[in-house]
Amino acid sequence: MILTYLKPTKDKINTFLPLGSIFVIFAFLDILANTFLNRNITGFLPQTLSFLIPLLFGFVGFYLIRIEFSGIRFLDKLNKNINSSNFNAFLTLLILFIIIKAISPLMNWLILEANFVGSTKDDCTGNGACWVFIKVWFNRLMYGLYPDVEQWRVNSAFILLFALVGIAFFVPQKIKKYFIIFLLFVYPFIGIKLLSGGSFGLVYVETAAWGGLSLTFIISAFAILFCFPIGVFLALGRRSSLPAIRYISIGFIELWRGVPLITVLFMAAVMFPMFLPDGTFIDKLIRVLIAITLFEAAYMAEVVRGGLQALPKGQYEAAKSLGMGYWRMNILIILPQALKLVIPGIANTLLALVKDTPLIFVVGLMELAGMIGLAKTNPKWLGMAMEGYVFAGLVFWIICYAMSRYSQNLEKKLSTER
Amino acid sequence: MNLKKLNIENKKIRDFIPQALTVLALISVIFYFATNAQINMGNRGISFGFGFLSQEASFDIAFSLIEFDGSYSYGRAFLVGLLNTILVSIIGIFLATILGVIVGVARLSSNYLIAKTAEWYVEIFRNIPLILQIFFWYFAALRALPPPENAINFYDISFLTIKGWYIPKFVWINFDIFCYSLILAFISIYFLNRFAKKQREEFGKILPTVTLSLGILISIPLLSFLLLGVSLSFNYPELKQLSETSYTYDNGVSIIPELIALALALSMYTATFIAENVRAGVMGVGKGQKEAAASIGLNKGQILRLVVMPQALRIIIPPTTNQYLNLTKNSSLAAAIAYPDMVLVFAKTALMQTGRAIEIISITMLTYLSLSISISIFMNWYNKKMAIKEK
Repeated sequence: MILTYLKPTKDKINTFLPLGSIFVIFAFLDILANTFLNRNITGFLPQTLSFLIPLLFGFVGFYLIRIEFSGIRFLDKLNKNINSSNFNAFLTLLILFIIIKAISPLMNWLILEANFVGSTKDDCTGNGACWVFIKVWFNRLMYGLYPDVEQWRVNSAFILLFALVGIAFFVPQKIKKYFIIFLLFVYPFIGIKLLSGGSFGLVYVETAAWGGLSLTFIISAFAILFCFPIGVFLALGRRSSLPAIRYISIGFIELWRGVPLITVLFMAAVMFPMFLPDGTFIDKLIRVLIAITLFEAAYMAEVVRGGLQALPKGQYEAAKSLGMGYWRMNILIILPQALKLVIPGIANTLLALVKDTPLIFVVGLMELAGMIGLAKTNPKWLGMAMEGYVFAGLVFWIICYAMSRYSQNLEKKLSTER
Repeated sequence: MNLKKLNIENKKIRDFIPQALTVLALISVIFYFATNAQINMGNRGISFGFGFLSQEASFDIAFSLIEFDGSYSYGRAFLVGLLNTILVSIIGIFLATILGVIVGVARLSSNYLIAKTAEWYVEIFRNIPLILQIFFWYFAALRALPPPENAINFYDISFLTIKGWYIPKFVWINFDIFCYSLILAFISIYFLNRFAKKQREEFGKILPTVTLSLGILISIPLLSFLLLGVSLSFNYPELKQLSETSYTYDNGVSIIPELIALALALSMYTATFIAENVRAGVMGVGKGQKEAAASIGLNKGQILRLVVMPQALRIIIPPTTNQYLNLTKNSSLAAAIAYPDMVLVFAKTALMQTGRAIEIISITMLTYLSLSISISIFMNWYNKKMAIKEK
């Protein structure tokens, strides 16, 4: 009898709703006062009980306001989304309380008590993060050990790249083709020349001095550029009817996919020079670029193969019946369709490539994460690991999240088109 | 007739030429590399061979599962590294699976807050490079832990400090008998399930298999404790003063911070991918399946166990195995924080000492390669077994 009375139903809404709301509000008031005002309302109770009181009150309150078909829109929505059962109510409270508890120290560390002004470690007097560290080292984190006076070259190489890509989007279809050819086959050489110098009146900058975030972009851009065509060729090779080519492709793909990138980089750094005639020297950055490109090309090949396999056989037969040869069939009929099918997969591979670039630290090249490692071991800036890695993580997260969102949108757009 | 024959000949030749050229090019590249390698090694006064594996290694390894010091061979060092790789991979896979399943299920929750929290967990940890996460845990988070004398104390049983995590040591007596009893329990559970299946299929009787299995799993090892002289006691870690300001813990087992950081980062990163697989798997089971199961009178638990899970697992397991493999390969990032895994011990330290780049890199890559290939062979077998058999 008592149990049925305690069950919240619509006809008792006038009792239950205010009562439940009071419980819930009290729970949140207690936790908020505890976190932000440092006041313990329930301090007179034993410690454990006082700690658990918001949870208990919130739970009871949520139970009382769980009235089905109450007719109040907000309440129904609330019940449906965060309060559909006892278990859900408990989890909701737990998550909300953890967020409230975590947000205040996090904000303090990140912003409120952090230090933004100054130029040495001693200027960091607050309890929060020392963003002065990032400010002072910002130049190094972006450009590595690239000489300060020459950094305009890095900037102009990237500005040129972005300008070209931007223009390529807007020019008419006819010229677009030439633009893309220029971008793919001419620009890389201009970019390299601009960065390394040595002629045209530019001072030579050795690749060991390249670094920071710009190196991440350079490596990603080159690897993306080259791994894509190689991957397509490998995928075609794997599906070739010629056994020698098929087996070589399979062997090549499985070899790279079977080993971690770090061993491939080691191979490029210490084993590869042994395979070259004595005295020949290939720049370390080039070796690393080749290694990353081949490694990612193997993954790309598997993605493209998925697209090739997904195409119906009729497409191949139709192309052949028109009298097309192998290359014409693939370039004009098969690949355009297959690649469109696997755009999400391609985007994921490129994302993985960007996330893999910090690994080049194993061969002594320092992009963003590597420069943080260098900066935090500087005797004047010891103990700055947290700031450094949080900053680097944030930068990488923004890049990768933007890429993944873009690929998701692309996927949605393409799936509606079909 | 003649023309047709010519045509075939033509096609054969057309097929033969590119293949021959490719093979020839490959062979000549390999030959060129091999000759150069031979000359280079000759110049350095070393010859190709694996004899160095039995030489004395003369370096120490900070953390090893088997006995090791400088007097053991390079081969043994390789084994230590391999075991450490396997150790961190198993821990990582275990944690990643638990976390991944929880997050994956949470993403499907009807509770808006839980679903959003899980979604943001995935978005945050998937889009930060793994190496940065490892660095963060190792250089930033774990370095903020207190020194041994003010350790974070878990009920005097285990202690978390900047030098690592100290946990009780298990002291077994007659451990082998315990192992046999476990094996026996698993064998009897297997036969019980077979028997139950037979009963169900032939007589329509449903036995409480889960309860019975659990009972067997607990009772047989318990019997080994009571009757066969197996016993287990714990050595708790104790604070010990080394010098004026330096403390450490004795008697327990120490889990080094490198291992903690690596296992944490690997499992939190891989869990995001597993969560996505779990979500895709559960969503991949059609609504009609659940409704059909409900309409023939199965209850909620039975629907999940007999209808949804078998179909969802078919979607979940192949990509998840792939993630396990990725985790194992990613454990090579240990080299960045000096956790002595195969890459650090063998491809870095041993290589630096012996200078045998070709042999050592080849062994390391072949080990990973054989691991990957054996798992993909298993996966192909599994896929074939689990594939929907259409008639």
